[in-house]
Parts: sequence; structure tokens; C-alpha cells
Amino acid sequence: MKSKNVWVASLIAPVMIAMLLLVAGSPSVRATDHSSAAVATVKIDNFVFGPQTLTVPVGTTVTWTNSDDIPHTSVSTEGVFKSKVLDTDEKFSYTFTKAGTYPYYCTIHPKMTGKVVVE
Amino acid sequence: MPDKKQDLIDQSLQDLNNDGVDRRGFLKCMAWAGTGLVWTMSGGIPVSRAFAKDSKKDAAKGADFSFVQISDSHIGFNKPANPDVTATLQTAINKINAMPHTPDFIIHTGDLSQLSKPSEFDTLDQVLKGASAKDIYFVPGEHDMLSDNGEQYLQRYGKGTKGTGWSSFDHKGVHFVGLVNVANLKAGGMGSLGHEQLEWLEDDLKGQSASTPIVLFAHIPLWTIYPDWGWGTDDSEQALSYVKRFGSVTVLNGHIHQIMQKIEGKVSFHTAMSTAFPQPAPGTAPSAGPMKVPAEQLQQVLGITDVNYVVSGRSLAIVDSPLGASGASASGNGGDVWR
Repeated sequence: MKSKNVWVASLIAPVMIAMLLLVAGSPSVRATDHSSAAVATVKIDNFVFGPQTLTVPVGTTVTWTNSDDIPHTSVSTEGVFKSKVLDTDEKFSYTFTKAGTYPYYCTIHPKMTGKVVVE
Repeated sequence: MPDKKQDLIDQSLQDLNNDGVDRRGFLKCMAWAGTGLVWTMSGGIPVSRAFAKDSKKDAAKGADFSFVQISDSHIGFNKPANPDVTATLQTAINKINAMPHTPDFIIHTGDLSQLSKPSEFDTLDQVLKGASAKDIYFVPGEHDMLSDNGEQYLQRYGKGTKGTGWSSFDHKGVHFVGLVNVANLKAGGMGSLGHEQLEWLEDDLKGQSASTPIVLFAHIPLWTIYPDWGWGTDDSEQALSYVKRFGSVTVLNGHIHQIMQKIEGKVSFHTAMSTAFPQPAPGTAPSAGPMKVPAEQLQQVLGITDVNYVVSGRSLAIVDSPLGASGASASGNGGDVWR
């Protein structure tokens, strides 16, 4: 049973990925894309947001993870989103539902800045 | 030993004098960790001498009063750089209690806690309760104002202060001002005092005569040490313009977890060691995160700062002592002279 399931999955997965790619590539269905689980991550490491500029499609949920030994925050400069204080390995997620450029910074170490570009 | 160390310092000062940095012949930058150094300020002319282990009693002798600065206790931090910051704070307090002279008071220059948690502040209070000096003055670090705009901090440590926790007091002829440069920080910027506090400071200093020694203390350095890591205060120059007319100004800061000194004209800048964990020298690591050192070396890079004031010469002598007892090594930790 097990091996058969794996075999079926391995056959279906590439097909599904191909279909997803087709859907993503078609602008006409983009607006209905909101419910699809687009995700992206920003890693906080050595007092730097990485990547410093993250470009994602509308509807993407971005998750920040603090990998430092020191707490950080991820706070929108324009008041759009605001994480709680993230201690080591803690995460914060925000779903971007509107296109635009979202600059943010760490309120504890304001030299740390980054932006999310939502297209 | 003391002679050897004196030679080292003389040489260092000479090097600094010849490097073109000292516009007025007074600008000197030194950082000694793991050893003690006395800076005496007299009429704007800094005099330094090595501070051997057995001369500690002399530092307070003839002084009219002394106080101790501690900084960056980070209670709640528990990572490998120092898994027990409560114990090292306790060691710092024991060191203060063992001084031949009881300091008149203690100044804590911020980052009392790691995450502004009530339990962290409780632990800090418990340890500080055992200090021989009963009066403790605080300014917040950025870690003390994390999630509640500093409400918890202000309730506990900011009684009688203004704004986000700034205040001033007089002690035996010296005017002390505690400033807050960790609140409402702007994206891309460094520490910030803000317009309201600057106005208050200008007004606060107006009533003081130019011969009154001034001590400014704040968490983030009030001089720019390393902008890339945010080690400075964006509007500190304006604050310093208000103290220009005074004959003796001492600026005490924390935040960078290491000793750095600069003497410029009549203003002497000084940063203190942390009681919790060391941080790397500017630009020597990918970031300003905690610096991990072998356990047996930890107490050499943590410490307290003892400040002695002599009324007659209106001078302040600043002595940094590592927590470890055998810290008077001439070679220091390899980062002896800054710049």
C-alpha cells in the first residue's frame, strides 16, 4: 500500500506543480489568488533582515524569524503591521493583501531596515 | 608591574597625540578591558595613570564622594555568552559592597532586563536590594521599553522623572542629569533624545553656574562610536552644545558592553562594561551581537565603573574594574587602545 501511494504521489506532484505554475503565470486569475497559500520568509540574522528587499505577489504571507541571540521587532514604518518583540527563534507573520511598497524596521535597533514589495 | 603599565599608557597617549586626531591636544581615546585606569579631570586637562590592583584604596582617598556606574545587566538573557546573568550581576554587587568606601549611590545606565518582563525586573530588584549603596538612579535601555512603551519600567524605576524617564538631581555640588535616548527611535536612525527632552535639558542646565561639574548619563553613547551598528545618538550634538560653557562635564554611557573613552576639551566621555555579556569592538564582527568568550575569561570582560569626585579640584576620577579579581594584567585583552 505504502509504496503504491508514494508512486501515485510522485506521478501527480509534477502535474500539480505544472498546473500551479500555469495559474500563477496567468494575470487574469491573479485576483482570485488571495486564498492560495503563497508564503515567503525573512530571516533576521546578525542584525540584518534577509533579504532586505523582498518582492512577493499580492496575498503572500510573509514570516519573519529571529535567528539572533538578541530580540528584534519587525514594524512597518507606516503603521501597516507591527510584530511583538521576537526573542530568539520566534516568528511573526503578516499577509499582504494590497500591492505596494512596505518599508519596515526594528524598533529596538532602528538601523535595521527592510522592505516588502507587493506586486 | 605598575611601571610597565604606566609605560604602556604613556606610549599609547603619545601615539594618540601624534596621530593627528587631537585637535586641541586633549582628544584621546582609550579602551582598557581587564584592567583598571584612572582618568582625572582637572581644569579641562586630562591626566591618566595606571591603576594597579593594590592602589585601589588610593582612588577613594581624598575623594569627597564616589558613586558607581553599572550597566547592561540584561536580566533574562540566558544564551551561551553568559547563561547566568543574575549571578554576574550579583558578583558586581558583591564587588561594590567590598569597596573600602561605600559609594554614595549607584547609577544604572540601562538594559536592566532582556525583554522588559516583570519577572526580570523582579529579579533585578532582588539583587540590587543587597547593594551597600541604597540610592540607585536609573535610565532605561532599549530592552527596558520593549512592548509597553516603557510603562512597566517607568512605574518601577521612573518615579519623579519626566517624559520617558529623564530627570536631574544635585549631589554635593555636582549636577547629575539622566537622559533617555532609547524611546521613539526612527527607522534608519541611532539613539534619539527628541525635541521635548532637549528643551527640558536646556532649561534644566540654565540655572547651573559654569563652575558646577556636570555628569550626563544615558544608555546609548552620546558620542558617535560606530554608526553602522547604531552606536551613537542622532541629536547628541545639540545636547552637548548646552554643556559647552561648563568647566567639567562627564558623560557616562552603556549599551556597547565595553570600555571606550574620549576626552574632548572639557568633556570626558566614558562607556561602561556590562554585567552580563561582552560585545565585539566596532566592526570586528558581522554584528553587535553578544560576544562569546571562554567561561574563565568572562569575568574579565564584565565589570563596574567607580567614579570618585574631589571637590577642591572639581575633578572626577573614573576607575573601571572587571568582575574577576585578577584583572590587573598589563596586556589587557588585546583590544587595549581604541583608535
